[in-house]
Amino acid sequence: MTTRTDRFAPGDRVRTRSADPAGHTRLPGYARGAVGVVVEPAGAHPLADDRARGVVGPARAVYHVRFAATDLFGAGDHTVTVELWEDYLSPVEEQP
Amino acid sequence: MSGDHVSSVISARVRRVEDLLEGRGLLDAGEIDRRIDEFAAGGSPANGARVVARAWVDPGFASRLLADANTALGELGLSMSGGLQEQRLKVVANSAAEHHVVVCTLCSCYPIALLGPSPSWYKSEAYRSRVVRDPRGVLREFGVELPAETQISVWDASAESRYMVLPRRPEGTGALSEAELAGLVTRKGLIGTALV
Repeated sequence: MTTRTDRFAPGDRVRTRSADPAGHTRLPGYARGAVGVVVEPAGAHPLADDRARGVVGPARAVYHVRFAATDLFGAGDHTVTVELWEDYLSPVEEQP
Repeated sequence: MSGDHVSSVISARVRRVEDLLEGRGLLDAGEIDRRIDEFAAGGSPANGARVVARAWVDPGFASRLLADANTALGELGLSMSGGLQEQRLKVVANSAAEHHVVVCTLCSCYPIALLGPSPSWYKSEAYRSRVVRDPRGVLREFGVELPAETQISVWDASAESRYMVLPRRPEGTGALSEAELAGLVTRKGLIGTALV
C-alpha cells in the first residue's frame, strides 16, 4: 500500500469508518461513522491498530479532522478535532 | 480501554510482567523507572510558559510557532524529542473568537516536555469523556466562563501529535518583561482549562 500524505487536502470532507474493531484502535468511539473536515496533514506513522498487535507496517498518513459537535453527539455548538489515520477515512463526494 | 490509571489489578499485572522480563534477562531491574525518569527529565510547565511569553512579545515567533511548532521550539533551546522519537507539536492560539482546549480521550497523551507531568484530572475518566461533549460546562467548572459568541474547539490527541494552547495575552501587561509574562502562564492555561 502506498502512502501519500496529500491524499486529503485541508477542507476536504471525509467520513470515518463505523466498524467497531475487535482490537486496539485510535478512532475514538464517539467519532465513528461521522463526517468531518480535514484541517491539515499531521505526518505519517505506522498504524497504531497494527502496532498493538505486534505488526510493524509502513508509515500511513495522519490527518487532523474537525467535526461539528452536533454531528458527533446530536448537540453542542463546539467542534472536536481528532487526529486520524487515513485508514479510518473515506472521501465524501460533494452533493451538487 | 485504559480507563482510570490507578488500578491495583493493573499495577499487579504490570509488576508481574516486569518480573518475567527481568527473570529472562530482557530488562534490567529498575530500567523502566529509569526510562520514565529520562522521559520526564526537564519537562516543566515553565517551558511551555516561556514559549507563550516569547510568542506574546514576538509576533514573528508566534507565526513560526503556529506554522511549525517543532522548529520554532528550537529557537528557545526546547524540543519534543525526549521520547523514543520526536513527537509532532501542534500549537493552537486562543482569540476573542475561538478558545481551544486539549484532551486525550483514549488515554492521557500530553506534551510532557512543555507542560511537565500531567495533572490527575487530565487523566480522569470524567474529564476525558465530558470535555468533548460539553466543553463549555467543563470549563465553567474550572471557573472559565466564556462569552456565548466564543467558539470552543476541542483537540483530541488520539494519534502521534501533541497539542499546546497559546493563551491570549492578558490586558494591562504591556509593561511586563518576557520573564514576568512567563510567570503569568499556568499549566491549565496551556491545556485550555484556564484563560492564562
